[in-house]
Amino acid sequence: MLHTFVIYVEDRPGVLTRVASLFRRLNINIESVTVGHSERKDLSRITVVCESTSEAGNRIRASLYKLENVVEVDDIAKAPAVTRELALIKVRVTPESRSRVFELAEVFRARIVDLAPESLMIEITGVESKIEGLIEVLNEVENCVLEICRSGKMTMRRGQHTSSVEHAMNVGLANQPHAN
Amino acid sequence: MKTIDDSQQHAHLTTPTRLTGAEILWATLVGEGVTDVFGYPGGAILPVYDALRKFPIHHVLVRHEQGAAHMADGYARASGKVGVAIATSGPGATNLVTGIATAMLDSIPIVCITGQVSSKVLGTDAFQEVDITGVTLPVTKHNFLVTRAEDIAPAVRKAFQIAASGRPGPVLVDITKDAQQATALFDFEAAKPAAYKPHPMLHVADKALDEAAALILNAKRPVILAGHGVMQSGAMEQLRTLAERTETPVAVTLLGIGGFPASHPLNVGMMGMHGEAWVNHAIQEADLLIACGMRFDDRVIGTPSTYAVNAKKIHIEVDPSEINKNIKADVALIGDLKEVLDQLLPRIPKRDGAAWLKTVEASKGAIAVRDIKNLPDSGHLYAAHVMHDLWRITGGNAIVATDVGQHQMWEAQYFHHEHPCTLITSGGLGTMGFALPAAIGAKVACPDKEVWVVAGDGGFQMTAAELATIVQEKLKINIAIINNGYLGMVRQWQEFFYEKNYEATPLVSPDFVKLADAHGIRGLAVHTRADLATAVDEARNHKGAFLLNFMVEQEDSVYPMIPAGSALHEMIRRPGQNPLIESAED
Ligand SMILES: Cc1ncc(C[n+]2csc(CCOP(=O)(O)OP(=O)(O)O)c2C)c(N)n1
Ligand SMILES: [Mg+2]
Repeated sequence: MLHTFVIYVEDRPGVLTRVASLFRRLNINIESVTVGHSERKDLSRITVVCESTSEAGNRIRASLYKLENVVEVDDIAKAPAVTRELALIKVRVTPESRSRVFELAEVFRARIVDLAPESLMIEITGVESKIEGLIEVLNEVENCVLEICRSGKMTMRRGQHTSSVEHAMNVGLANQPHAN
Repeated sequence: MKTIDDSQQHAHLTTPTRLTGAEILWATLVGEGVTDVFGYPGGAILPVYDALRKFPIHHVLVRHEQGAAHMADGYARASGKVGVAIATSGPGATNLVTGIATAMLDSIPIVCITGQVSSKVLGTDAFQEVDITGVTLPVTKHNFLVTRAEDIAPAVRKAFQIAASGRPGPVLVDITKDAQQATALFDFEAAKPAAYKPHPMLHVADKALDEAAALILNAKRPVILAGHGVMQSGAMEQLRTLAERTETPVAVTLLGIGGFPASHPLNVGMMGMHGEAWVNHAIQEADLLIACGMRFDDRVIGTPSTYAVNAKKIHIEVDPSEINKNIKADVALIGDLKEVLDQLLPRIPKRDGAAWLKTVEASKGAIAVRDIKNLPDSGHLYAAHVMHDLWRITGGNAIVATDVGQHQMWEAQYFHHEHPCTLITSGGLGTMGFALPAAIGAKVACPDKEVWVVAGDGGFQMTAAELATIVQEKLKINIAIINNGYLGMVRQWQEFFYEKNYEATPLVSPDFVKLADAHGIRGLAVHTRADLATAVDEARNHKGAFLLNFMVEQEDSVYPMIPAGSALHEMIRRPGQNPLIESAED
C-alpha cells in the first residue's frame, strides 16, 4: 500500500540524508519527497510517499523515530488528508497555439506565471491526477512541453488534530496505541 | 607522566575554563567517567594525542584500528560502561568500520572519536580525508561532525547519552583538526545534553500486561526466550523470578548466555541454529513464548512461517522497530525489560509447570547427560573436550571472548556460563578477528578477572597483531586457539551443502607457539586429551599472557544444526558414531 510519512526533523545539515538512507537501507523506493520549513521553529517537515506492505508502516515509523534528529513521525496511511502537488510547466508556443494553451490552463485552473515570445510558464497545484491531466493535454498541443518541475506530494491530515495541536493539548504520543 | 595533579584535573569540570578543543575532548571524557581509551594516532588527531598527557586517562595503543573498536566493544560488554576508541582521519577511521558495525549489530555502547581534516578543506579530497560520518551513517546509532571547539563537549556528552540509552549502540564523533586546535570556554555542566527522551512508541499498556499475565497463567507449554536484553537491562533477577514462579523453562540466545545461570535447573540451554534438539523442540511445541529482550533473529527462528506455529508470543522489547519484524507478537510490551517485568510480576501468581518441565526433560533423553569428562580417551582431541575442560578448570567463572566459527558454537554449547557478561562474542555481525581485541578490552575493564580468548586458527590471524598490544600493556590473557586446519564453519557448510567441495577452506597457519614466542608470550601446543588439563593449568598459573595451540580433530562438525532457512525441528542431528557422544539417540 501507499504510505505517506510526515516527519518533523531538526533543521540541520545531513538530516535529509539520514532519513533517505533509512528508506534505502530498507530497500524501499521513495516515490516522492518534499522538504521545507514547518510551523515549528528549527524544525523542517518532510513528507515521504512510498510503497510498502501495510505491516511495514509501524516498523518504518519506529525506525524513523530511532534517528536522533527525528522529532515526530506520522504515518498518514489511509486517514482523511489533503494531498497536493505543485508543478511548473514550461511550454513552447507559437502565435497560433498560444491561445489554445491559455484555454487549457484556464480549464485546469492553472496560472500563467511567465510570458516570453516563444514560451510560457504555467503554475498548477492540485492532486497528482489533475497535474498529469494538464501535462497530457498540453502534450497533445504539438508536443509543446519543454520542462516540468513538480514539487512532490505535500500532505496534511484533515481536521483539527495536527501535530502541534496534539502537543499543545499535551497528548503524549506514548499514550497512543501503536503497538500492534 | 601526568603533569597536573588531581585537583587541577577536576577543576576543569567544575569551573568553566578556556581550553583547546583537544583538551576539551579529554576533559569531557574524564567528566564522563572514562579511564581507558583504545586508539591509534595520526596527523588529523595529533592535537588530541598531544594533550593526552594532561589528563588521567590511560591510552592503549592498538595495532590496527579495527582492534581499537573491538577493544572498546569488549570493554563495554565486560563492564557495562561505554567503551571509547580513537583513530585518525581517512584510513584510521575506515579501519574502525568493521568494529563499529559489530557493535551496532550487538547493541554495544561505544563512542568512536576520529580526527578529520581542517574544516576549511572539508570536501576537497584533502590528504587522508574520508567522509566518515557518511560512511558510518548506517552502522552507527548516530554520528557527529564537529568543526568548532565549542561544539566538542556538547557533542561528546550527547554521544555518551545516545550510546548508552534505550537500545545501546555505537556513536561516532568526527572532529576537525582546527576544532581540536582552537580554544573555547569549556563548561562541562553547560554541555550536558537535554534529558533523555525515550522512543515515543514505547508502550506498556495495563491491558497488555493483563493479557500477558493471562497468557502465562493459562499456558500449558510455555518457554521463556532470554536474550541479550536481559543483561543490558539488568533484569537477571526479574527473569529468574518469572521463571521460578511460573516454573517455565528458559532458552537463551547466543548473546543471552550468562543472563540466566547455566546451572539453573530451568535453564534448558541455547536455542537456534546450533541449539540442542530439546531446546528447539520445546520451542516448536510450545503454546506460549515469552520473549525477553531478544529479537527473533533469523539464526534463532529458522523459517519464520514454520516457527512455533502453535505458540502465542509475548514480546518484551525495548526497540519498537523489532516488534512484528520477523515474528508477529500477540502481546507486545515495548519498554525496558526490567521495568516491564517489574510491572508484570505482581500480576503473576505461582504456577505449577511440572508436567511440561517433565516432558522437556524427557525429550533430552540420554543426550543431556553428556559426561564429556568421563568419556573414554580415544587419543583424539576434540574442540568440545577443550571447551568442557576449560569450563571445568576455570569453574565457569572466567570471561571468555570467542571468535566466530565452529569453536564459537562449541564454546556456547560446552562452556557453561554462570554469570552475566562472561561470554563476549560477536553474534549479530559474526566478525572474525573479534576475540583477541575484545578480550584485551575486557581485561582492561576487569583487570582482576580471568580472561580467555577462544579463537579459530582462521579468525585469530585476522587480528593476531594485537598480541603485541597484550605485551605492551602487560596483560595477563590466556589464549586458546582451536586449530583445526580449516576455516571450519565454512568447511562444515561445504561438507553438508556443497558435496565436500573444500574450496578455499584448508588453511596454512604459522606455528602459533612460535608466533607467541616472537612476541615474548609463552605458548604450548596441545595434541591430546591427556595433556589438556596440565596445559590449561600451566597457562593459568603463568604470570604473563599464555597461548595454547589446541591441535583438534580437523573435520569435526557442530551438531545439531538447523540448515539456514529450515524449520527449527528439521535439524541435522549428531551422528551416533560421533566419538564424543553417548551412543543413545535422542
Ligand atoms: C570477517 C569475516 N570473514 C568471513 C567470515 C565467514 N566465516 C564464518 S566462520 C568462518 C571460518 C572460521 O574459521 P576459524 O577461525 O578457523 O574457526 P573454526 O570455524 O575453524 O572454528 C568464516 C570464514 C566471517 N564470519 N567473518
Ligand atoms: Mg579453524
